[in-house]
Amino acid sequence: MTETGLIQLLTPEGERVDNPAYPLDEAADIKGMYRDMVLVRRIDTEAIALQRHGELGLWASLLGQEAAQIGSGRALTPKDMAFPSYREHGVAWCRGLDPLRLLELFRGVSNGSWDPEEHKFHLYTIVIGDQTLHATGYAMGIQRDAAEDEAVIVYFGDGATSQGDVSEAFAWASVFNAPVVFFCQNNQWAISAPQDRQSRVPLYQRASGFGFPGVRVDGNDVLACHAVTRRALQAAREGQGPTLIEAYTYRMGAHTTTDDPTRYRLASDVEVWRLRDPIERVRSYLARSGQADSTFFAAIDAEANELGERIREGCRTLPDPAPLELFDHVYAGGSAILDDERERYAAYLESFEQTDTALEEAGL
Amino acid sequence: MSKLTLSKALNEGLRRALEADPKVMIMGEDVGKLGGVFRVTDGLQKDFGEHRVVDTPLAESGIIGTAIGLALRGYRPVCEIQFDGFVFPATDQIISQLAKMRYRSRGKISLPVVIRIPCGGGIGAVEHHSESPEAYFTHAAGLRVVACADAADAYSMIQLAIASDDPVIFFEPKRRYWDKGEVDTTAPLDSAQPLDRARVVLAGTGVTLLSYGPLVRTCVEAAMAVARERSVEVIDLRSLSPLDMATIGESVRRTGRCVVAHEAPVYSGLGAEIAARVTEACFYHLEAPVLRVGGFATPYPPSRLEEHYLPDLDRILDGVDRAFSY
Repeated sequence: MTETGLIQLLTPEGERVDNPAYPLDEAADIKGMYRDMVLVRRIDTEAIALQRHGELGLWASLLGQEAAQIGSGRALTPKDMAFPSYREHGVAWCRGLDPLRLLELFRGVSNGSWDPEEHKFHLYTIVIGDQTLHATGYAMGIQRDAAEDEAVIVYFGDGATSQGDVSEAFAWASVFNAPVVFFCQNNQWAISAPQDRQSRVPLYQRASGFGFPGVRVDGNDVLACHAVTRRALQAAREGQGPTLIEAYTYRMGAHTTTDDPTRYRLASDVEVWRLRDPIERVRSYLARSGQADSTFFAAIDAEANELGERIREGCRTLPDPAPLELFDHVYAGGSAILDDERERYAAYLESFEQTDTALEEAGL
Repeated sequence: MSKLTLSKALNEGLRRALEADPKVMIMGEDVGKLGGVFRVTDGLQKDFGEHRVVDTPLAESGIIGTAIGLALRGYRPVCEIQFDGFVFPATDQIISQLAKMRYRSRGKISLPVVIRIPCGGGIGAVEHHSESPEAYFTHAAGLRVVACADAADAYSMIQLAIASDDPVIFFEPKRRYWDKGEVDTTAPLDSAQPLDRARVVLAGTGVTLLSYGPLVRTCVEAAMAVARERSVEVIDLRSLSPLDMATIGESVRRTGRCVVAHEAPVYSGLGAEIAARVTEACFYHLEAPVLRVGGFATPYPPSRLEEHYLPDLDRILDGVDRAFSY
């Protein structure tokens, strides 16, 4: 523990520190974690640039939260289920999701085209906090299936803790002892509202009122996030019920590409957090401990460049859906009302083509 | 055949669904030990266990939100909202999540969740216990919204709703819970009328009287009362969304007149949608504008005034008379 009460295994300077309650998994692939964090930061950088070029309507940056997401995401087993909000690009990466599936959503060509069961990663949820109840219900299903090797993790932010649904999810998970881990990335800003507008107590302490453990971890320390999440998931699988993890981190960028954080926070505050960068400390540690050399880092950078290129090209060529797909998948068996609307709209579109053909034939 | 109350018919339908599919669950406030405040789930927890018939915390959004999670896991939750006026804390989960999940996942996700809601007035209740909130939900694409009107239909409709792969808002006419009717509990479910079809309850030739839920009985009584002078065709809509326009249109083209009756306020109510659609589909067959009879554009009044607010036999017949005055 640090003096601020954070669970930490790697200091901002890249020094390994031990915490007896949260031993580092001996099999933890620290180089792999470094690689993941560099690559998801590249996805983020590219996506922001694509938005600036008009290729995406919006992007919600994860800058600064790579450790919280990769550390926790890598603690999941293939059977565990994850429920994201809309900023969990790093967790999506850990679940094997092609980043282009995320870009589709922000480009406006789909609302999420991946199969949540295939990736064990639910669709992004944009209404704040709603997914905490879905995760709790899913965990209740695990209990009914007596699936003792499965647990659920749900991601949300500091702002979401003010939502009623999050409190309801805490209450339900507690009284039903559901195998769910509540992973709160406290990035300290809910758009322009600082965390003290959400709560007078540290967020992890909320859990005690609901009767389950809450822990606060250095959210910029990938090793600590991994260890804390791994332990909480294991407790859930063993029938010990929910845990609230508060990953104390910082939103280095804007809320989304439409936001201007210079209106509500000081550049000097951001600078303090730049010194706690989640990637730099792992790089320092790997280099200093001799686990990685410049060849390794150069290879990762080259991989990031390739990924960036693939994303840029892939995003620009994402096809728009066909107009009549608008009417699909509203009801399992369709409906006559919708069939009627589809038919009329198809005829309406057709009428333009007929007009165009007629004009062409008339030489106009 | 056995003579059952509407409440008991629902209970038998739920029992049948629980027996037929181990993934079916019931969840809600007081649905277990108590058997629900209207006893619709009476005895089910005792027979199917606390894991399948779940007494939940008192939180409507929690009920629907966790039901969504259970459905994602493969379960078919049947949620009870205790009274119509208590559904609103859950509307975010219903409208933003439940209704849209199939669409936003391009058909990859089905959420077969049923939300049972006792609805309507006429029982002298305190406020928030007598409302008709169906139009809030018919406006949300992706939801099936249905209302049962009698015991026999309630028995099959609740099973069809549970078997549906779409989320279903299932309205139960609370003042009709104790009405008795013949129910054939041995009939196979596939012989029942499909969930999305309206039903001609009483055939007629002079005017089509459309209703659903608690007012179907009132409409039949009204039609019988004037049977000597007028031939009134009474249709129970059953499915409020999507509407069965084929059955409605066929009837109105025959009768040339259409009156819609519901307890909910006329203003922006389901009757407005029906009137617009009937006008467009049957314009050259209509002898009169489509008329609506329903609640006033006020909040639901104190119960000592509800007899004025709720359409009764006379107000429905007044609507029918007006349809003949053009």
